Amino acid sequence: MPQTIKLKKGLDIRLKGKPQEIILPTVSYQKIGLCPDDWVGFIPKPSVKEGDHVKVGSPVFYHKDNPDIVVVSPVSGVLKQVVRGEKRKILSFIIDPDGNQTHASNTIDISKLSGDDLQKALLSVGLWAFIRQRPYNIIAVPGSKPKAIFLSGFDTAPLAPNIEFILKDEKNALQAGINILKKLANVPIHVGLKANMPSIFEQIEGIEITYFSGPHPAGNVGVQIHHVNPINKGEVVWVIRPEDVVIIGRYALTGKYDVRRKIAIAGSQVQQPAYTETMLGADIVSITQGNITGENNRFISGNVLTGRNVTINGFLGFFDRMISVIPEGNYYEFFGWAKPGFKKFSLSRTFFSWLFPNKEYIIDTNYHGGERAYVITGQYEKVLPMDILPQHLVKAAIIKDIDLLEKLGIYEVVEEDLALCEFVCTSKIEVQKIIRETLDYIRSEMS
Amino acid sequence: MKWLRNKLDSIKPHFEKGGKFNFLHSTFDAFETFLFVPNKVTHVGSHIRDAIDLKRTMSVVIISLLPALLFGMFNVGYQYYKAIGQDVTWLEMFWFGFLKVLPIVVVSYVSGLTVEFIFAQVRHHEVNEGFLVSGMLIPLIMPVNIPLWMVSVATIFAVLLGKEVFGGTGMNIFNVALLARAFVFFSYPKQISGDLPWTYGLTHGIQTVDGFSGATPLANAAAYAIEKIPDNWTLFVGLIPGSIGETSKLAILLGAAILLFTGVANWKVMISTIFGGLFMAFVLNLFAVNPFMEISPLKQMLMGGFLFGAVFMATDPVTAAQTETGKYIYGFLIGLLAILLRVLNPAYPEGMMLAILFMNAMAPLIDHYVVHANIKRRLKRWNQSTIKL
Repeated sequence: MPQTIKLKKGLDIRLKGKPQEIILPTVSYQKIGLCPDDWVGFIPKPSVKEGDHVKVGSPVFYHKDNPDIVVVSPVSGVLKQVVRGEKRKILSFIIDPDGNQTHASNTIDISKLSGDDLQKALLSVGLWAFIRQRPYNIIAVPGSKPKAIFLSGFDTAPLAPNIEFILKDEKNALQAGINILKKLANVPIHVGLKANMPSIFEQIEGIEITYFSGPHPAGNVGVQIHHVNPINKGEVVWVIRPEDVVIIGRYALTGKYDVRRKIAIAGSQVQQPAYTETMLGADIVSITQGNITGENNRFISGNVLTGRNVTINGFLGFFDRMISVIPEGNYYEFFGWAKPGFKKFSLSRTFFSWLFPNKEYIIDTNYHGGERAYVITGQYEKVLPMDILPQHLVKAAIIKDIDLLEKLGIYEVVEEDLALCEFVCTSKIEVQKIIRETLDYIRSEMS
Repeated sequence: MKWLRNKLDSIKPHFEKGGKFNFLHSTFDAFETFLFVPNKVTHVGSHIRDAIDLKRTMSVVIISLLPALLFGMFNVGYQYYKAIGQDVTWLEMFWFGFLKVLPIVVVSYVSGLTVEFIFAQVRHHEVNEGFLVSGMLIPLIMPVNIPLWMVSVATIFAVLLGKEVFGGTGMNIFNVALLARAFVFFSYPKQISGDLPWTYGLTHGIQTVDGFSGATPLANAAAYAIEKIPDNWTLFVGLIPGSIGETSKLAILLGAAILLFTGVANWKVMISTIFGGLFMAFVLNLFAVNPFMEISPLKQMLMGGFLFGAVFMATDPVTAAQTETGKYIYGFLIGLLAILLRVLNPAYPEGMMLAILFMNAMAPLIDHYVVHANIKRRLKRWNQSTIKL
């Protein structure tokens, strides 16, 4: 009998623009962009030159420190541009699709392999890029021995899509993907599901289900790991998203690298928030065409708490299942802090919006105040459902005391788990940035 | 408000780097952000932020202090006209008190904010909102007869040595307002103890009606003159001599309701402080050897500055324990110590101020043990796990 874990702490931010469970007519993508920044600490080396032809599944770039890890093209076409930023850092690889979807000829029948051979095969066909590891949330280190693999079967982030809707009709691929993961690592595969909601995972074999109830971040895989089998110092856990298990499963079934996926387009600036079928790396312009209101908007690949600001000229991120569009907040507000605030969302009841407990809010990107030293305490603790002292952890992170950070549980979190702490912070401390920089620092000190 | 915004935008360059008023940039920034919430947008991390900021938080605290302030003004007039035996209307009493209390408030704010602005300027920081609350708390815990220069000296001392030397708001160890009061208490004890400071004019020898003493309920209790302590209802409403804001428990509880409902103050500290006080008073009852020890726990709560301290001082998040478990211990010990000091130490008629300041110093120790318990749980789990480094 699967266990149910009831989480009380957390916060559901009631944003306007929830996606309806319908699929919008498919708009074909004009460009495909692959951004190395979608992975933590991934320094890319191009496998092909600008102007070269690429096929579906042929390598586009590889990991500088670990050349076995490659990222392959989701489409066939021409590598049009390698966009570089400061210090010639590669920001994205832009591919012009030719529309034919011709596949590369390096197909391997992964369903017959296991262990190291399977790992080698997944690396060479580009499927390894979907597996990440905790601590640090980096791409899984080939050869590392995880103690378990974790999947979160539901997403609680603001406006997040319903994963059950995304996975509908994918049962065979999902089962095939789980089988591959089983053969790859031979460790328990834990799936966290939302309590009291039927799930496709209940028909899948070879997994261990745990149910979770409670507000965001109950759907974060980090929170689920913490409650099921927490990471101790020196241990490694792999995480993978259900959609990506499906991609591995499709490859096992058909031998094709097929990264088409259903994503949600959500947010107050979307005319019809709903789902659409598109391709990993598809351009935001095509995805959102004719479905946006207003001019002064922020386009986020991912959710509003942890996603990346990609602008309208950006691309759907490798690990993102939604595009959020919200208004920018670049305006001055006269006596904004003194207004009654019927339309202002807050965890506290300092604004009169507490009168409307079920209202959905339009929240823009304004800071709503200036950065200050810590004054208020106990806020972070309200939104982090883990046995971790968040404020002490962040303070230890600011002074980069690795010894103390280890004792306080830094290996159990990644920045997305503390995203709500950042949201509610009265002093406007940039918690996610602090945690990310600290994790990077520890990783560099440890290697 | 477009014209005001345009005006600000046009003078702003003078205060920025290279401008001729650059040395006043913190001051300009303080006024600009007071008038307008800045147009700054998120660029890393979460794209959206809670609408709350420190200005909002602090203004809620000030609103919650208003009932105590307004009643305090009224009570100053009430006590004065009672002392001289004159019958006047309620409005006249309030007006009299208003004129006496307002200068203290103004002096407190001007002295403290001057120090704040200078330090923000020197440190190239934004001006922090912390003093807005301290500046209001200081007058409320002073006697009405306090000379204004003393308010100013005490405030500057508290802000400078209590806060700025530690790094400003958020870094201080002791509650700033209580530090100001402690400064007066130890430097000028005559102005803040005994029977005279609490009623306007007594220190300059005004003519009072026969039998008027000006003694506070706590002074009566300490002198074992239990029959002179007013009934619970009078203590609750607050028509008694005392520091300006501490007398009316009704007004304080109104403030407490605002703080707790909005979630600005921590209920754990507030409740456990009161619980600690009730517990200690009950224990003293059990072992009572004098009339002061016999006073019921409820009456102990209604006398002196206990409730004001529990609601507005102990809950100061910067100086209180920062862990959630620690807050229970911190509050409980404040309540316990306050009543213990009040009843058993004849040198201090009220123990709340010293109890809170003492626990301010102890708060990091409490936190240390709470944090350590968390670390221990993690280490234990690690020891039980199979993989070892």
